[in-house]
Amino acid sequence: MKRFLYELEESWKIAAAQMRSNMTRSTLTALGVIIGIVAVTLMGTAIGGISMGFDKSMSVLGDDVLYVTQWPWKPVDDWWNYRDRKKIQTEYAETINRMIAATPNSNLIVAVPTSSLMRSIKYGGNAVDNVFTLGTTSDFALTSTIDCKEGRFFNEIESREGAQVVVIGYDVADALFPSENSIGKFVLINGQLFKVIGVNSRQGTFLGLFSWDSMVALPLAAFNKYFSSKSASDVRPNGATVESDVRVKMKDKNKLAEAKDELTGIMRRVRGLSPEKKEDFSINEQQAFKSTLDPVKNTIAVAGLFITGLSLFVGAIGIMNITFVSVKERTKEIGTRKALGARRRTILLQFLIESTALCLLGGFIGLIIAYVMCIGLGKAFPSFPIQFSFGLVIAGMIVSVLTGLISGFAPAWTASRLDPVAALRYE
Amino acid sequence: MSLVTRPPGPVVIDIENITKDYVMGEEIVRALRGVTLQIRRNEYLAIMGPSGSGKSTLMNMLGCLDTPSSGRYEFNGRNVADMDDDELAAIRNREIGFVFQTFNLLPRATSLRNVELPLIYAGVDPETREERAMQALIDVGLGDRINHKPNELSGGQRQRVAIARALVNNPSIILADEPTGNLDSKTGDEIMLLLEDLYQLGNTVILVTHERDIAAHARRTIHLRDGLVEMDHAGFVPQLDAVVAS
Repeated sequence: MKRFLYELEESWKIAAAQMRSNMTRSTLTALGVIIGIVAVTLMGTAIGGISMGFDKSMSVLGDDVLYVTQWPWKPVDDWWNYRDRKKIQTEYAETINRMIAATPNSNLIVAVPTSSLMRSIKYGGNAVDNVFTLGTTSDFALTSTIDCKEGRFFNEIESREGAQVVVIGYDVADALFPSENSIGKFVLINGQLFKVIGVNSRQGTFLGLFSWDSMVALPLAAFNKYFSSKSASDVRPNGATVESDVRVKMKDKNKLAEAKDELTGIMRRVRGLSPEKKEDFSINEQQAFKSTLDPVKNTIAVAGLFITGLSLFVGAIGIMNITFVSVKERTKEIGTRKALGARRRTILLQFLIESTALCLLGGFIGLIIAYVMCIGLGKAFPSFPIQFSFGLVIAGMIVSVLTGLISGFAPAWTASRLDPVAALRYE
Repeated sequence: MSLVTRPPGPVVIDIENITKDYVMGEEIVRALRGVTLQIRRNEYLAIMGPSGSGKSTLMNMLGCLDTPSSGRYEFNGRNVADMDDDELAAIRNREIGFVFQTFNLLPRATSLRNVELPLIYAGVDPETREERAMQALIDVGLGDRINHKPNELSGGQRQRVAIARALVNNPSIILADEPTGNLDSKTGDEIMLLLEDLYQLGNTVILVTHERDIAAHARRTIHLRDGLVEMDHAGFVPQLDAVVAS
């Protein structure tokens, strides 16, 4: 055991001396590993970022909220079966709330109606077009995970009376009020004045998925009064017609199935469906959405890591090559060491440590470069979520060591098997 | 030069009828055809012979760098003929001190590190290691060169470092393969004096050489020819040797 430690120490010394004396060669070889590690690490951060972005976007939906909609949240082949479904009415929310109240031990808490439309918002000379404008009730605050940075969400009285108040997203506030406080100011939506009573804290956007930052929310009563399209047959471009759905908060997110069953029952009664009829509405939850996005996410991850992994593989081949060269040119030294009593294991260890040290050095430099690049990218593209984690550093180091061990093994094995007589005679 | 011949001790190397065959393409080269030999502790022995005589092969056998194709080889009573690579490495480490014609020092290591090497493989702790390596270097007269690298030393000094390295683990035999081959005659003489000193201090020295002047330092000479021991005689007999060489 002690001898093993001494041999290990000796091997480290040799590896260090070897790298020092072959500076150019070592640097060039390590460069392959550096590039590989940078590529893999950046891909790792990107994947982490994408994953985080998905999760963050998803969190807007809330993991304890069910959505009653016309269309299901998953790709459908038989779209014609959904097209002619009756629209979801915001009035359903009241009916559902009554039924929840009448049900003992209900798994549901509250139903919240929402209607949405794309609208322009103006303040002074500033204007933002195509803002996702949401009409809802004060209960919406219960179903949303978004907090107000300043001000507050509208209250029950404002909600019931249809007060002309609005809560605006971070980006909207930023565009309309670049240099002043927005609370208490009046903005113009569809020719109507609304008083800003709250600004949401920044959520960040990702791949155009739902973000609170570019939304505004106002009382449903006011929404219906001013924005509702004249008739359902009014054909307008996408986003110009009002989309309505009802979101229902569950009591316990672990009782998803029960809550869904209960809500389905309620909705069937609301729609007046006889038992043999199929449902003409969809009940969705975050999970369903996630399960359609996860394969996409995983495919990106696997493909990305595979492609960047190739560059690391090229780096590994470089290491293997240089270790073979090292073994070849030090054949006589290997012979001498064997004559002096080095065992096969000792020689194997020596060259493995040499290749591993080179990889570890490359990996270390690669991680530093990747870290700096991450900071740079974060500064250049603040909206792109980048996640450089401690776990990634550990993973990078482990990958480096493994690369060194794997790529160094064949040459080291060759060296350890050399016949001492032949090795000593080698010139 | 009146040299004292010391009384030999117990048998260290006991070789009986060993052979070594090499396969060279289609041909089988019979490098050793049955060599029988005993070497005792504190002998000073020279192995001579023209190239192709099996001299190098016998040296590789004696140095446990290779194993015989057949025959018996006992080193200090242990059968080495059937040992595997790692067991042979252990024997080489503890029992044999190699001195090469080309010195074979590690170029980037100091004298001290070079001499420490066998001790590292023997698992000696760092303090003892340094102490013993230092002593070995002092013994060969290089106490003031411990931190020099081989390229900062003369040929003779390099060979002294190599001898210190061979001595440091207190081996049973010192096996010197043409130790003066790469040195000028004056330096060569100095090295031979050093080997004589080592012999007088009780070491067993085996010289492998084709130079009669060098072999003349030994107390016993073995002549090989065509893989067989042609002559094994005490002392050095110039006339006889001349006959053999002719």
